[in-house]
Amino acid sequence: MGFSPTKAAIRFGEGLSPDLPPPQSIEDILGQLASRDTVADLHPVPVFSALLPDFAAVTNARRAARRGRDTDDAEALDDAYRDARRTLVRSQISDAKQMFARSIITEAPFRERLVRFWGDHFTVVGTNAMMRNAVPHYLEEAIRPHVAGRFADMLKAVVTHPMMLLYLDQSSSFGPNSPAARGRRGLNENFARELLELHILGVGHSYAQADVHEMAKLLTGLTANAAQGFSFRPNRAEPGAEIILGRSYGGESANLADIFEALENLALHPTTANHLARKLAVHFTSDTPDPAMVDAMAGAYRDADGALMPMYNAMLNHRFSWESFGQKVKQPIDFVTSAFRALSLPTRSVERLKLNKLRSYVAGPLSAMGQPLFQPDGPDGWPEAAEDWITPQGLAARLQWSMAAPSAFYRGLPDPRGFAESALADLADDRVRFVARSAETRREGIGLILSSPAFQRR
Amino acid sequence: MSELDRRAFLLRSGALGCSLSASPFLTPVSFASTPGDNRLVVIILRGAMDGLDVVRPYGAPELQEYRPRLMADLTDDTDLDGFYALHPALMGLMPLWRSGDLAFAQAVSTPYRDKRSHFDGQDLLEAGTGQDVLKPRDGWLNRLLQTMPQVTSETAFAVGREDLKLLSGAAPVSSWSPDGRLDLSPQARLLLEQVYHEDPLFRDAGLEALHLAESLGVASDDSFGLSKRDMRLQVNMTAEAGQADTLAQFAATRLNESARIAAFSISGWDTHRAQQRGLQRVLQKLGSAILTLKSELGSNWEHTAIVAMTEFGRTARENGSMGTDHGTGGALILAGGAISGGRVFGEWPGLSERDLYARRDLMPTQDVRSYPAWLMQGMFGLKQAALELSVFPGLKLGRDPGLLA
Repeated sequence: MGFSPTKAAIRFGEGLSPDLPPPQSIEDILGQLASRDTVADLHPVPVFSALLPDFAAVTNARRAARRGRDTDDAEALDDAYRDARRTLVRSQISDAKQMFARSIITEAPFRERLVRFWGDHFTVVGTNAMMRNAVPHYLEEAIRPHVAGRFADMLKAVVTHPMMLLYLDQSSSFGPNSPAARGRRGLNENFARELLELHILGVGHSYAQADVHEMAKLLTGLTANAAQGFSFRPNRAEPGAEIILGRSYGGESANLADIFEALENLALHPTTANHLARKLAVHFTSDTPDPAMVDAMAGAYRDADGALMPMYNAMLNHRFSWESFGQKVKQPIDFVTSAFRALSLPTRSVERLKLNKLRSYVAGPLSAMGQPLFQPDGPDGWPEAAEDWITPQGLAARLQWSMAAPSAFYRGLPDPRGFAESALADLADDRVRFVARSAETRREGIGLILSSPAFQRR
Repeated sequence: MSELDRRAFLLRSGALGCSLSASPFLTPVSFASTPGDNRLVVIILRGAMDGLDVVRPYGAPELQEYRPRLMADLTDDTDLDGFYALHPALMGLMPLWRSGDLAFAQAVSTPYRDKRSHFDGQDLLEAGTGQDVLKPRDGWLNRLLQTMPQVTSETAFAVGREDLKLLSGAAPVSSWSPDGRLDLSPQARLLLEQVYHEDPLFRDAGLEALHLAESLGVASDDSFGLSKRDMRLQVNMTAEAGQADTLAQFAATRLNESARIAAFSISGWDTHRAQQRGLQRVLQKLGSAILTLKSELGSNWEHTAIVAMTEFGRTARENGSMGTDHGTGGALILAGGAISGGRVFGEWPGLSERDLYARRDLMPTQDVRSYPAWLMQGMFGLKQAALELSVFPGLKLGRDPGLLA
């Protein structure tokens, strides 16, 4: 019940591909993270900061249209505003397609999985029409560079990222005694609470309401807007030191370094190590992971001063990671990308996908399966438990997609018998093989294989 | 899946070649008789509704002082009873208030304290347990069903895409989203049963999906029916399916048939910033969902109680960004022809600094679970012991203030 290439590809990757070999060892999986991120070069996604000029163009066009409402140019200005918006959305949509393309052809699928995992850990939702489709760009900037690095570096990148600062209202928080508050504005606790509860320590007994309040004061000064991106504004910062978990931060003139110092310390807190280890174990192995494995992962993280690779290494080298195979169910996005990969969908047909078809065959179905693209319900991200996904309505949506989508992307579908072998290899059981040869049509055969527990579980 | 369904399924799934007419999925399923005529709708308000803004205690002198900007739109025509006023976004419900079909409870909360986490707070709200109980897997609405006679899988509906913990548990319930469809050829259905046979999670969900799609008339036996046009229509339905009105309409349709219990949730109540705009938007959804239930339920409205609950309230004072942060005591909303409304229930704790919880939140003076408990007592005849021991462990059920008409 130890390592197997098939299990490795399905559990810690994007599933099997007829064109790419599965990992042959645990070192192979970890090696994916050490090698150059070539798929990002092949299918580039601009970082969020690179979108700022586009955001500014839309904002300026909107202002111009509003100012010129009662002039002869009104119509032309409206058109210009609409065009600016369209240009932005179009480029963002094509960037989103790159995420799917990467999953199909990558030789380092563990990286894609980790980007989604940490992106979910640090969930953001766009707060306006311009930001709604900017999640891939946020991931590219704040998450992807750090998935094989130190957690604290990812944390600092997120805490200073406009998407997060706007989503959790940090941009609206002012030190009540800061010059910028002018006695009218004050604290907003939202980000401070979620930071401690979701991102760092985990909910529990390690912190109290007073720590949340102090954290909120410490975070004042962090702000962002769509035109300029991130900035630290000392005139918004609450004067004086803040005490969080018994340690004092700041007190001199307000600066970002004090916030970073607190984040560095909190990132190495034993409770944080446990929280992160457990979350990672739950995502990749089981809704009830072996506590011994979680301890080993947390220990590896602490011993390495918060580096993430040793924690992955401890997980992959623990027998529970392999013994518990099959306990997890693919989330809808993972299900769809692994189906594309198994069907070896040409990446150019993903890149050429028209918006209507993207809605009909990808975005709409993902919503019906319970995972609308870039729109989780709250900052805690997507649920993990298999029961949360395999509901009657959620499974019906998976079935509908399995039956309808593959033939919408392919003229000639593969023979289901061969597909069962290439998509599941040694995990294709007798029932799957029976279904593959008994289906009345190729379409149904492929649909049934994709719907099978063998393909849905990992 | 009921025990009977399960047995039939197990019998059938062994023999793939069995005649198609034997499959219950190919013929409409008739609805069994159900317990009584009363109907209960539970709406979970996710994100912590600001009870002090929805049911505004304007008679308390501190309110304007704590919330100078949030209370700027306080007017006479939203007055409820000389002490409380309604949020203007719920003005559409005023006729219900006047006819006694709308009520509120103020200063209520679950036993959850101090951490003020949405996610733990909601888990506890749906579990219906006290603070000490470690996360149980079932929800209080399911435990109600476990005490009721003649319950079938059609008696209770969890409506929407999410897995509603409130209704999960040992008693059979139906879980479906208004945009759900299933188009499978007879052969594909039989093969699907084969491939799901040894996996209980997939087998049960798959069987229930087939059963529900069939009985709700959203199934076809043509796997090839999904043209581009069909897919587009499906996408539009999916876009609408998450809306509160659509959920309410679906719930009402089920309740007009054999369902007696329905639950769904509305999220978007976490108003840390620009609360005036945010709360207005989500209150309009809630108000519209209640009015949709009323119009769609027709004469069944008279036998219906709706209870809308949230995980906790928000801070007594507005924060520095025209919003409010996580608090403790909050409000609950009751509606329906079965309600003896036109009243704000609860014990008002006052808003002075020393009356607040942790000098920051409205002090909860009543367990929010008492309200659904009184409804269950009156509508489904549950005994006090069952309520205090099994449905809401640890609840001390006081005297019913007369919630039902």
